[in-house]
Amino acid sequence: MVGDGMDDLKDVILYHMRRDVMLSTLRKGTRYDGRPFDEYREIKIEYGPIKTAEGSAIAHIGNTKVLAAAKFEVVKPFADRPDEGVLTVNSEFLPTASAQFESGPPDENSIELARVVDRGIRSAESVDLKSFFIEEEKVLGLFLDIFVLDHAGNLFDAAALAAIACLKNTRMPKIEEGEIVRKEFTGPLKLKNYPVATTLAKIADYWLVDPSLDEDKVADSLITITTVEGHVCSMQKREGALTKEELLDCIDIAFKKGNKIRSILERD
Amino acid sequence: MKLIENGKRLDGRGLDELRPIRIEVGIISEADGSAYVEWGGNKILCGVYGPRECIPRHEANPYSAIIRVRYMMAPFASYEEHGRMGPTRRSIELSKVIRNVFENLIVKERFPNTQIDIYLDVLQAEGGTRTASITAAAAALINAGIPMRDVVAGIAVGKADGHIIVDLGKEEDNFGESDMPLAISRKDKKLYLIQMDGLLTKEEIKEALEKAEKAVESIHAKQLEALERYYKEEKREFKW
Repeated sequence: MVGDGMDDLKDVILYHMRRDVMLSTLRKGTRYDGRPFDEYREIKIEYGPIKTAEGSAIAHIGNTKVLAAAKFEVVKPFADRPDEGVLTVNSEFLPTASAQFESGPPDENSIELARVVDRGIRSAESVDLKSFFIEEEKVLGLFLDIFVLDHAGNLFDAAALAAIACLKNTRMPKIEEGEIVRKEFTGPLKLKNYPVATTLAKIADYWLVDPSLDEDKVADSLITITTVEGHVCSMQKREGALTKEELLDCIDIAFKKGNKIRSILERD
Repeated sequence: MKLIENGKRLDGRGLDELRPIRIEVGIISEADGSAYVEWGGNKILCGVYGPRECIPRHEANPYSAIIRVRYMMAPFASYEEHGRMGPTRRSIELSKVIRNVFENLIVKERFPNTQIDIYLDVLQAEGGTRTASITAAAAALINAGIPMRDVVAGIAVGKADGHIIVDLGKEEDNFGESDMPLAISRKDKKLYLIQMDGLLTKEEIKEALEKAEKAVESIHAKQLEALERYYKEEKREFKW
């Protein structure tokens, strides 16, 4: 919205120019890149690009590319869940990927992204953490690292997709005498379901699916809704405010789009 | 763990019943605005400072105030272990989503080149600290005289033992099926905070939203009562 991250006149002018250009095409029923309101950019998933990790995937949504990689470690369980393994999601906004990103420890945007992806997977109970138990005081810790490789908008959906595709690609390590035997595996990680995140942006009166970077910058409202079949498993309003009716409409769209993306995950 | 029996919750509440809520404003003499919220076992202190000169200056915005929110859980705020001071990943995310609530409500273009700081300290926590914090911050901002487009209050709804419930306590949050914290404005009933985890169908979300809309009315009323009390009474005594 106006005022955020606009330090000088240039930013304010750019904001209004972007918005004017977008609105002129939205009023004609299409987006400035030619997409209908409810259409994603092209989605592609590459499985297993990182051989050193136990699982990996790169999700492409248009030019946005996000890499997720899974590594296992033997760790101590949490005191209140002694029979469960540990899932840790982290994200890195590499300065390599965008002029917007800076080096340094994860900022609030990167933390929010990791936590939203984490909540989707955790709420859906996609991974059976009980299967990570080794012996008393010893469980497997699954570290899921999300690296943004190219930020062309809608990082949340791309990150969530990379994460679940990565888990689909993950192999369980062989355990001997309570330790991981590297490069040896016992089979694929079992996944119960595929949580898929769908982000919607509102510009003036128009709700758009999969906002591009420019749409993201002028959005009045933004919400990310993660679904599995039949259930919503996570929501995060990220900008603006919604009416109850708008939220319920967004949920309908998230189910529709989520099911479509799930069919890509199931197909590959 | 059984959370609901015969339509009653662990603490004896009905499904749609709120915990007792007490709101006081103007309790920090040095702050430009302040509030204290007791909400069940939650105790939240909020201090608002500003609009004041933006430091560092290069972060100032010549068209608008910038809003900063620092939500922090005291190390002694839970029955479990001693927490650590300073920001955690959780508190960084919560500070961000709470800030976004007020960035969309404060008429910030009226105060160019300034910052408005909202400090939220959770002194005691028992489930629902973010929604109680938003309720406190809204009252403190009004107490500071900062213009806002609407009054907002937080309320969590969710699901436990198959029932949609209002104002989740700690056990319901930890062991229930779903938690959906919301912030709802008073006049236009818009949702300024929407988060959710666990599993809910669309119909359940609809029911939860309707219950939240109803329950939040009494919280808005308590905010306004607290402000009215503060400006009417000459001398007040405040007990922690």
